[in-house]
Amino acid sequence: MSGEARDKRAPEPMARIERTFSGNAGLQIEEPLLFEVGRTEISGVDLPEPSNDKPRFGGLERQGEIGLPGLTEPEAMRHYVRLSQKNYAIDMGTYPLGSCTMKHNPRLNEKMARLPGFADIHPLQPQSSVQGALELMAMLADWLCEMTGMASVALSPKAGAHGELCGMTAIRAAHEAKGVKRSVVLVPESAHGTNPATAALLGYDVKAFPAREDGTVSVDAVREAMSDDVAGIMLTNPNTCGLFERDIVEIAEAVHEKGAYFYCDGANFNAIVGKVRPGDLGIDCMHINLHKTFSTPHGGGGPGSGPVVFSKALAPFAPVPFVERQGDACRLVETGEAAGDATPFGRLTAFHGQMGMFVRALAYMLSHGADGMRQASEDAVLNANYLRAGLSDLMSQPFGDQPCMHEVLFDDSFLKDTDITTHDLAKALIDEGYHPMTVYFPLVAHGAMLIEPTESESRAALDGFIAVMRDLAQSAQGGDVARFRDAPRYAPRRRLDETRAAREPVLRWRDGNVRQDDAAE
Amino acid sequence: MRYLPLTPGDREAMLARIGVPDIDALFDSVPAAVRLQGDLDLPGHKSELEVERELGALAAKNTSAGQVPFFVGAGAYKHHVPASVDHLIQRSEFLTSYTPYQPEIAQGTLQYLFEFQTQVALLTGMEVANASMYDGSTACAEAVLMAHRLTRRKRAVLSGSLHPHYRAVVETLSHYSDADVVAMPAGPEDADLAAAIDEETSCVVVQLPDVFGGVRDLSALAEAAHAKGALLIVAVTEIVSLGAIRPPGDMGADIVVAEGQSLGNGLNFGGPYVGLFATRQAFVRQMPGRICGETVDVEGRRGFVLTLSTREQHIRRERATSNICTNSGLCALAFTIHLSLLGEVGLRRLASLNHAAACALADDLTELDGVELVTPAFFNEFTIRVPGSGAEIIDQLAKKGVLGGVPMSRLMPDEGGAGDLIIVAATEVTSDTDRAAYRACLQEVLGA
Repeated sequence: MSGEARDKRAPEPMARIERTFSGNAGLQIEEPLLFEVGRTEISGVDLPEPSNDKPRFGGLERQGEIGLPGLTEPEAMRHYVRLSQKNYAIDMGTYPLGSCTMKHNPRLNEKMARLPGFADIHPLQPQSSVQGALELMAMLADWLCEMTGMASVALSPKAGAHGELCGMTAIRAAHEAKGVKRSVVLVPESAHGTNPATAALLGYDVKAFPAREDGTVSVDAVREAMSDDVAGIMLTNPNTCGLFERDIVEIAEAVHEKGAYFYCDGANFNAIVGKVRPGDLGIDCMHINLHKTFSTPHGGGGPGSGPVVFSKALAPFAPVPFVERQGDACRLVETGEAAGDATPFGRLTAFHGQMGMFVRALAYMLSHGADGMRQASEDAVLNANYLRAGLSDLMSQPFGDQPCMHEVLFDDSFLKDTDITTHDLAKALIDEGYHPMTVYFPLVAHGAMLIEPTESESRAALDGFIAVMRDLAQSAQGGDVARFRDAPRYAPRRRLDETRAAREPVLRWRDGNVRQDDAAE
Repeated sequence: MRYLPLTPGDREAMLARIGVPDIDALFDSVPAAVRLQGDLDLPGHKSELEVERELGALAAKNTSAGQVPFFVGAGAYKHHVPASVDHLIQRSEFLTSYTPYQPEIAQGTLQYLFEFQTQVALLTGMEVANASMYDGSTACAEAVLMAHRLTRRKRAVLSGSLHPHYRAVVETLSHYSDADVVAMPAGPEDADLAAAIDEETSCVVVQLPDVFGGVRDLSALAEAAHAKGALLIVAVTEIVSLGAIRPPGDMGADIVVAEGQSLGNGLNFGGPYVGLFATRQAFVRQMPGRICGETVDVEGRRGFVLTLSTREQHIRRERATSNICTNSGLCALAFTIHLSLLGEVGLRRLASLNHAAACALADDLTELDGVELVTPAFFNEFTIRVPGSGAEIIDQLAKKGVLGGVPMSRLMPDEGGAGDLIIVAATEVTSDTDRAAYRACLQEVLGA
């Protein structure tokens, strides 16, 4: 999660670093596009000659060249390995992106997901031939319900935002079942952008409201905003400022009193697993990012997985498909007609959800167990507070120096009068070998820097990060503007022209596009 | 605990540095009345070996596609994926990185996304593509929403041979976003779609090859849609087909969505997969999802960034084109690597092999008494009519160790006419022995 404000003060081209003849720099190797290295007559896959004397395409044969270049296996290995080396990764170092939960991705999970009994089964095989897979889904559902204290779970949503859509659709369906139409959804200003976007997609008017001075939502503000026209509230807890919403039980009561429902954005569930259960707080539905809390890999931006847990009130509206236990067997319910007393609101995706992620998440859960998951939450919170303690004297916190949950939020007031922005600071962190924290989110903090170390960081790693951040803060306050404005200097690329990319979009390769060697001239 | 680096001594020293007596002091903001006392009612932590045994036992209960003669398709397909693909996507730098929000240290991800977008545009015959969607079905629903925005109309016409899951996803989203859907009766003989298009229609959605496996020219339908100011959306669930048949872009499609699982990605019981989304350059600012674009850095070197983000939720909030903030990055990478290994000649040959296998299988099965081919033109799957219940026949075949396809009644439980239809798929992995086993077992089942 991150948004970036545009920084108009371009770094000094004067600070250009000498380039080698090849453009390479030691292990940093320039790599052209596939379309510049591949050849359409080459293939890295050996296939037999097809023999078919009477094709049955109904006259729809594809004519002409498609233009797809091929690579042999050694060429493909080099091309994609070189590309990989231009990426930062959790396995390389601290990746403190607030709200994104860049924790370690255990390799056992990868191994389990690749067992042919999970990876090589088709979603439409006869159910008798996939009982182990259905049992795994039922087991994951049981674990999620116990961890959250909720009544049921929809596993099919493909990502967090898809989970939001699932939960909010259930809320709309529940109102429709009562024969009422409500038009407003309450969303605090600190919310993820997906919250208002989801509510708007479902035709709701979004009513934003501010947090109080300590960064949390007050029950009084919610009461004031509530009306008979409010369908529900979308609240992230712990919230995007890294704080637990301490009025949450009263907020749930205030929402329910008016016949509305409480959607909790579970993006930050990783702070509280084994400490408190959302179901005990009065929440009606919540999505869970398996790719955050339960360590399934982010993969450079997906695939994610966003199951949604429901309270008893909303459970009947959960979408198809879902798994039911019937004695020793499991049954997949694929249509509303087959759902018995339940009244599913419909279907969100083809098939049954991100099975590959279910296996990985369950492997994480089994590995940690109840004790390990509680310890992981505690360590995540401890690590964030340790960073806070190490940085609070030099950096500024928008809501005062108070204990945080799994992430700590700073604003840019400590950079006041330095001519250095949050953006510059983030880029300078790159030169120091770190991935920057989340910047300019949440919007409620000016020049926000949201730092989430996760439980995967050792104390030594945290000490190293603190030392670098302190050095950067002191350097900024000491007036070393060039260190920031010219950063990053040592990354595979220096600052990229995002304005040009948006103004004249070049979204695919075409013969005649700017080539590497032309561009550098 | 093997994943947690802090020692008890570390924790103690860190709490002291923070200045709190114990860990619970950091959870003070959680109302005391609701805090959990003790651990969750779940088992304790386990070693790698124990977890492997437990999950391995569950995996062993399933019949995997590679174990048996296998003919199941209908939206997901069994193909052979080169070993190097899975090796490459497990590189730490691809597997354990985030969305490329800091482009200077994410050029690897961004460059393969640019390659992916180009490959998707070429395959579909369209001008531009995005950096992928969750899967084909959600891409299809997003395409309908995009057509609503572009035409300022809110009624979609859905073909009766659109995959019923895709149809259900579009219907669900439409219902709860106050849009209309006109769905044709399901069946292999699609009703006259052109006749259903009027001045209120934003788009008409058809599948190619359709859910029955049928292949047909969509040019006339495109013209009919355009004549009424509506858009043609084409959904492709078997992307390998575009190595052999005319791309939707050539037939006048305005938006092409596809399921990309067949290239680089396993069956995975339905996910994760990768949705493809391609359209005309003129529509790009209404396209949902992430988009990667080319630019230069301050030294003039070519580089790539996520772009056109003013469409997206983190900037636009409730006015965004979509609530999506994820793509299917790693699956898109697998797609791109597999397709770059195949190349033009490999993809074409792969498509021909798929078609040849399906033709041979169709000939084998229709030799049996009472088995009829419903789809005369097809790519790598087709529908047969059987004398009896398709669902029962598939169950009996499964008992004999053949996974013989998808009974249409599973996808279309409401359609009376679907009971005796089976969708059958064959690919490059289908061997002569597999085909012989299917024919022999089906003969036994029908004869019994």
